[in-house]
This record gives sequence, structure tokens and C-alpha cells, in this order.
Amino acid sequence: MRFGVVRFPGSCDEVDALQACRRFADAELLWHGDPELRGADAVVVPGGFSYGDYLRVGAIARFSPVMEAVAKFAAAGGTVLGICNGFQVLCEAGLLPGALLPNSGRRFLARQVDLEVVNADTRFTHEAGVGDRLSIPVKHGAGRYYAPEEMLDELDAHGQIILRYAPGHNPNGSLRDIAGVSNREGNVFGLMPHPEHAVDPLTGSRDGGLIFASLAREPAAA
Amino acid sequence: MTERPREERSTAATHHRELGLTDAEYDGIVEKLGREPNALELAVFSLMWSEHCAYKHSKKLLRSLPTEGTHLLMGPGENAGAVDVGDGLAVAFKVESHNHPSAVEPFQGAATGVGGILRDVFAVGARPIAVLDSLRFGELSSARSRFLLDGAVAGIGHYGNSIGVPTVGGEVYFEGPYEHNCLVNAMCLGLAPHDRLIRSAAAGLGNLVVLLGARTGRDGIGGASVLASAELDEGDSSKRPTVQIGDPFEEKRVMECCLELLDREVLISLQDLGAAGLSSSASEMASKGEVGLDLDVSLVPRREEGMEPFEVMISESQERMLCVIAPERMVELEEICDRWEVRATAIGAVTDSRHLRVLDGGEVVGDMPVDALVDECPLYDLAPAAPAEQFYPAPPRLLESEDPRDVLLALLDSANLSSRRPLFEQYDPLVGSRTVRRPQEADAAVLHLRDDGGSGAIAVSIDGNGRRVACDPYWGAVEAVLECAANLACVGAEPLGLTNCLNFGNPEKPHVAWQLTVAVRGLGDACRALGVPVVGGNVSLYNESGGGPIYPTPVVGMVGKLPDAALAAPAGFAREGDVIGFCGEFLAHLEGSELAKLQGEPLPTELPARDLEKTRAAHEAVRDAVRAGELSSAHDVAEGGLLVAIAESCLAGGIGATVDPWPDSNQLFWLFSECPGGGFVVSGPREAIDRLAERTALNVFGTVGGRTLRSADASVFEVSLEELGAATGSLAAAFP
Repeated sequence: MRFGVVRFPGSCDEVDALQACRRFADAELLWHGDPELRGADAVVVPGGFSYGDYLRVGAIARFSPVMEAVAKFAAAGGTVLGICNGFQVLCEAGLLPGALLPNSGRRFLARQVDLEVVNADTRFTHEAGVGDRLSIPVKHGAGRYYAPEEMLDELDAHGQIILRYAPGHNPNGSLRDIAGVSNREGNVFGLMPHPEHAVDPLTGSRDGGLIFASLAREPAAA
Repeated sequence: MTERPREERSTAATHHRELGLTDAEYDGIVEKLGREPNALELAVFSLMWSEHCAYKHSKKLLRSLPTEGTHLLMGPGENAGAVDVGDGLAVAFKVESHNHPSAVEPFQGAATGVGGILRDVFAVGARPIAVLDSLRFGELSSARSRFLLDGAVAGIGHYGNSIGVPTVGGEVYFEGPYEHNCLVNAMCLGLAPHDRLIRSAAAGLGNLVVLLGARTGRDGIGGASVLASAELDEGDSSKRPTVQIGDPFEEKRVMECCLELLDREVLISLQDLGAAGLSSSASEMASKGEVGLDLDVSLVPRREEGMEPFEVMISESQERMLCVIAPERMVELEEICDRWEVRATAIGAVTDSRHLRVLDGGEVVGDMPVDALVDECPLYDLAPAAPAEQFYPAPPRLLESEDPRDVLLALLDSANLSSRRPLFEQYDPLVGSRTVRRPQEADAAVLHLRDDGGSGAIAVSIDGNGRRVACDPYWGAVEAVLECAANLACVGAEPLGLTNCLNFGNPEKPHVAWQLTVAVRGLGDACRALGVPVVGGNVSLYNESGGGPIYPTPVVGMVGKLPDAALAAPAGFAREGDVIGFCGEFLAHLEGSELAKLQGEPLPTELPARDLEKTRAAHEAVRDAVRAGELSSAHDVAEGGLLVAIAESCLAGGIGATVDPWPDSNQLFWLFSECPGGGFVVSGPREAIDRLAERTALNVFGTVGGRTLRSADASVFEVSLEELGAATGSLAAAFP
């Protein structure tokens, strides 16, 4: 099992994600200018401010050569995890439903929050149980999950809402407290909280490790 | 120092005055050149000989600071200082001010302050791993102060968050004298293997001088002299064009690119472009290498049309670096720069002329001896005179009650003591995955080093209480050092080095000269007593306005190391039944305290003398107990005194405490006295507290437990954790 972690100019948490992945499997960085994934079994699109994010979060990164490869990989059922800016990029690229708007408080916010696992029957969360509470930090300026009502109903109906902020922990005004969603097929998942910053009790918690462990213990082709 | 009478000169010969040079300084330039300077040379000299670049009023004083130490790898004079942290690793660090730009435009001023200090650190080859900030504003009741606070915090967050360096700590105070001159100081720490540290000395005849990064525009022209070396006054919004604009995305690429260039040993030397732009960077590199440089300004990539050569030389456009490389490595450099999409342009070469020669295509447009630019600015002796009485007015009286419960809640509610969470939440404290203790979790930020092969961790703290320095420049400055060292002791860290930023008023005024002179003496004595060298720093003078000078504010940043990050004690109480100890070398007094401020007491003119040896021993006792893992918590008794420290430990741990009776004859004195850097509130099992009592003065002062903070006789006071938490929330209102 090998993770490929995308590195855009302006990525910030790519080395953190790389280190987190390596606790569970092999991992290497994928350069944004290379249109190939070097045989990675799962791709992580990490946090940061890709290309500076001056236009609109994630709006430029989706056009990079590596994202073409990621889109093809996802279309063929490959596992793709987007964290924070990576989630924003995947939404911009149309690989995930909905959009991420500026926080309701209009400020960047860094905070340890509690999440609840809504769907544990996914390749990203099968090591957890439904209702499990995970302590994982958020840090973002545009993390308010938005989708039209009917789309939200659909996401709900198809089990695509995988993580919610626990009651009282929604940091950004996300609709229905959504912290992470998948595509209909369940092979692409994006979340605003940073599981790569929750893999070691020394630096916070280890709850985010569940996501990497879930991926590492189930082959991407499954 | 008094202004010399101005002689009559023709208008053509007085342009230097507008650039901030005195007539005598101008005559000195003429003498060194052997002719009148042309306009470009005058512009360059005016910046190189400005207070900001030449430290002409502070250099003599700074020489008195101790700069030797067993862990020191790189001392003052380089872009940042560096200390050895073991396992072949070095930590480079520095604090710098961006006060005047922030007073004019707080968002960009603070953002580019962070950008500048980051460049200083990666210029020595260290990857930035942490930022801290030290902020001062007028009282929160002022709309202007809230505007500046909001903008500065957003600017710091914008730059640090976007570039991927965590903001792990900092401090902020609100005091009337900062109303017209806010202070924005930023500190950065970087990590490097010893052999990647690089100096800035240019070397090797014929080697190329290469400009990396952003194009050069007209932004920030004259910032060092116009903004940084003169008092601000009315209508300073007209100076907004002299404030630079930050682009963290550009800097991110420049940083990654420079670190890769250093990893691959492509560079001979590296220097950031800061104040005075190319002029300063090029002449500093030439001076350190004892060489000359030829620069062709026509080769410098421009952001706008029609820039004059002098504008190119003094532009303070951000996100630029200057390096020297051997010509045969140029292809390799270009490959790496292409990969990071960083502009790289050879703009000159190393010569043996010891002159900085500026060319515009084929034409020489400036030719200045490097020594004259860098080393021969006249240095001034200060003319210090202590004022006959306290210079600063008494603050307004805000608190009447003497009931301990009321006083505690009023203190927690005051802007200087309330929770900093509304600020810290705007900063990413985690990126880099080294942060073991986040802001407000412990007295110092703790970062582990182990991913680079080291087993240990470092701790860092930044501090400086200007009001106490205003009370007593000597002991106030000593306290700033002690306070930082006490913070480090709480997480088990031993101090390795210190950086400082001296924020003062106009040094040409006798009482400011006195503050500066005495405070530097205090800093030096405290550093010597603790055995901590000064590795570098920054001086920011002329922080004055119509309202008078700021409180004299030496800001101290201290870095230490600890063997085991997991043992770094939190500030919060942790276990029901733990005994609370109040220990250390604590000379209780209310003069200059936060309580005295709320009560509208006049500032005293002196603070109690401290026993530095005993204080150091107390720090070592606490540090050893923390390193042994014996204590559940450790927190220094700072602003607000003992009961506030206990309340903070309750809030940080989410658990209450019962405090023992005190001599009721003078309960406010007992509960709210201060003695910065002297006392600690610790908690732990009885045996551990007893063992600590064998090494330093210690009073058992209560027990951890319950959901309230109460006196043993609950009729005196009892406050629920919820009420304490609500009382500390006043800063949230500043960020609606």
C-alpha cells in the first residue's frame, strides 16, 4: 500500500500528511507539475494555500497537471482523500459535491473540535464505528460546507455525509454540521478537519489516525 | 542631544535634510566620497546611515550586551543568531519590529513584519518552524486601538498561515502610551543541521550576484528612513505608499527554493532584502566579505515602468533574496528556481574594489566605498538624564472595590489579563507537526525536534512589560529576562539564547536616552546572571507621537531546550487532590502591578531590587522538578499576581482549587502582588511539592479539586469555573 501526497506550490501540510501516511504505509510526494501518480494506491490532496489561493480557494489548483491524473484515477475508482485545501480543490474540480465558503465568523479559525462518525461503512472510516467521537483540529478560513437543500438530502440518503461536527463544535457554519463528504461512489472523500494533525498524542490526539489506518488496511481496489 | 543650529545652505544643498541626514552627516559623506554625492548615492547613504540600518544611537550600548555562550553558533551581525540544540541541529532565531508600518497600515504592516523575519531566518539556512509575536496597542476602549489590533492580528495570521509556519505563542498588552504608536514585533525560529547554516559574506572575485524572488516596484521606498527612523505625526496616512505589500505565496516559493539551493550547496552566501532593499543587502554582503560588488540596476526585473536607478536600489519590495554563486553553478540554480517558479536574475558580480558600484547598463550611476556605507556612519553618544519625577501619568482609576472576589474578576476581565484565545485562534499553531504545547496550554511553546534525528525539544517564550520598564528601566528590563526564563523553567527548559527588540521613543531626548541606557544595562546584567547570550535583535526608536513616547519596551524572546517534550508541564491543574505550592524568589509588591493600574495608582519611580542568583536557583529547582516528571502543572506568577495565576491554572485545566487562609490584615497585598519571573504556582503530589521545597522557598497554598475556585473559608470568596471563564472573555468583543 502506498500513498501519494500531492504537493502544489503553496501547499503547507503536505509534509505533515506524508509523515502521517508513513505511520501506516509507504508514502511519497507527487509534484503538481507531473501528470502522473507514480503508481500510488491512494492519493492525498493536502492542506495549505495552493497557488496562494488568491482567486478563490482551490480554484487554480484544479487546473494543475497532477489534478488531471487525479481526476482520471478517481473516475477509475481510485481512492482520493482531500484535507482542508485539498477538500476545496476536489470540490472545485467537481470530484466532490458542494462548495466551501468563507467561515461564518469571517475569520481564519484554528481549534481542536469533536467530530462524529456518521458513516463507518467506507474505505476511509471502516476502522471507526458509527457515532464515534473524534478529536481532530480544524484550521481554515473557508470551511463552511454549502450545497443546495436537495443535494444535502441526497448526500444524506446515500450515506455520503461521513463526518459531522459534534453538537456545539461546528466552527464555521457548515450546513447540517457537515465536516466531511464523499462522492456517490464512495472513493473520493474530503474533510475540513486535519486528520494528519491528529496521529500522535504528543502533539494533540491520535484520532485522525483512524482514517489513514482505514485506508492502509483495505486495498484501494476493494 | 541637542540639534545643532542649521547653517545657511542653498536649497539644492539641503535635500539631505528631507532624507533625514544632518548637515554634519552630509559633510561626512562628502568627505568620504571626496566629492558631492549624486542623487542616487545620497538616497543610498541616507538609508544606510538611518537609525534603522546604522543603529547610530544604540550601537555603542548594544556592545555592552553579553554575546558569548557555550551553545552559541552564530551571534549578532548575521541575519539571525543560532544556538546548538544537540544532535547536530541548530536553532536560528530573531525578533524584529515592524511598528511604524503597522501604525500606518496594520494588516500589511504586520504581515510584512512576519515575512521579513521569516526571510531573516531562512537566509541563514534554517527552515522556519515557529513564529511568535509581541503586540502593544492603546487601551481597548479606543476604536483606533481595536482597528489596529484587528488588522495586525489578521495580517500576522494571513502571512504565517499561508506560508505554512505555525504561530505558537505571543503576547499583547494594552496601555495608553501605545495609542499613537502600536508595537508589532515578530519572532521566528528556524531549524537546520549545523552544516547547512550559511553566512551572508560575499566572496570570490567574479562570482555572480543573483537576485531571487519578486519583481521590484516602488513600494516601500524610503521606509527605513521615512517610517522607521522618525516620529510619526498627523497625516501619516499619506505615508501609506511607503508600507510594503506582502505576498506569502511568493515567499513560500522563495523559501522552499532557497532551502533546496542550500541543501544542494549551490550558494556561497545568502542575504534577505529588508529595510533599504538592495542597497543594504548588497553593501552588507560586501562588507562582511571585505569585497566590492558591481550591480547593474538595468537587469533588475521591475514591477512598473520608468523606475529610476535610485528607486531600484532602495525599493523595499518584499519576497526578495540576494545570493552569491560561482558562475558555473548558475545552470543548476536556474533549474531549481524554475522548478519552484522563482525568478532568478544575475544582476552583478563580486569585485575586489571594496566599493559598491551601481551601473545602469553601461553607465556608472553610483560608486560608494562599502566601509563608508556600512561601518562609518557616525555613532552618537546618548545624553541620558533621569527625569526628576515619573514621566508617565497615572492611569485612570477603574476599580473601587477591595473585595478579593471583585478584584479577581476585574483583573481577569482587564484587557491585559484576559484570555488570548480570540487572537491565537486566528493563527495556525500546528503546521509542521512539531507543536507539543500550543498557546495557553503551557507557559512556553514546546516544539519537538525528533523528526530530524534529535531526541529532544525546544521551548520558546516572548515577553516584555513596558509599564514596569517605565516604572524602573533597570529592574523592569531585568524582569523581562527573568519572566522569559521562568516561562521556560515551567516546561523544563534550560535557556540557550536570547533575542531582543528594543522599542523606545526618540533617543535624542534625554529621558528616553536614560531609559534606553539603563534598560540595556538591566538586560545585560540579567543575561549574565542567567548565563544566556544575546544572539541578535533589533532596535526600534522614535516610537513617539504628539502624545509623547511609548512606554520603554524591551521585548525579549528566549529559546531553551528540554530533554523530553512529553514531560513539559502544562499550565493547568490536572489532578484532584494535588497540593498547590507557591514557590520561588518572590518579593511581593503591588507597585507597578495590574491591580495598581486598575486602582489608578501613579507609576512608581523604582521597583524592588532582585536577587538574581537566588532567582536563577529557583528557576533551576522548578525546571528539574518538571524534567523529573514530578509536577502535574507549573505556571509562573505574572501579571495579576498569585490568585490570578491560580485562576489561570484552574481555567487551563478545567478543574477548581481551594486556597489556604492568608494573613487577612493585608489580603490584596497577599493575593495580587507581583514579582515578574520570580514566583511559580505548581501542583503535584504532596511528596513532590515537599521535595521542591527543599530547593527553593515554597508555601503550600491549597488543594486542586472541585468546580470552583474558593478560599478555605468559602464566605471570603467562591467563584465557579464558568464565571472565571466568562470573566476572561473580554477580548472576544474586539473581534466581532
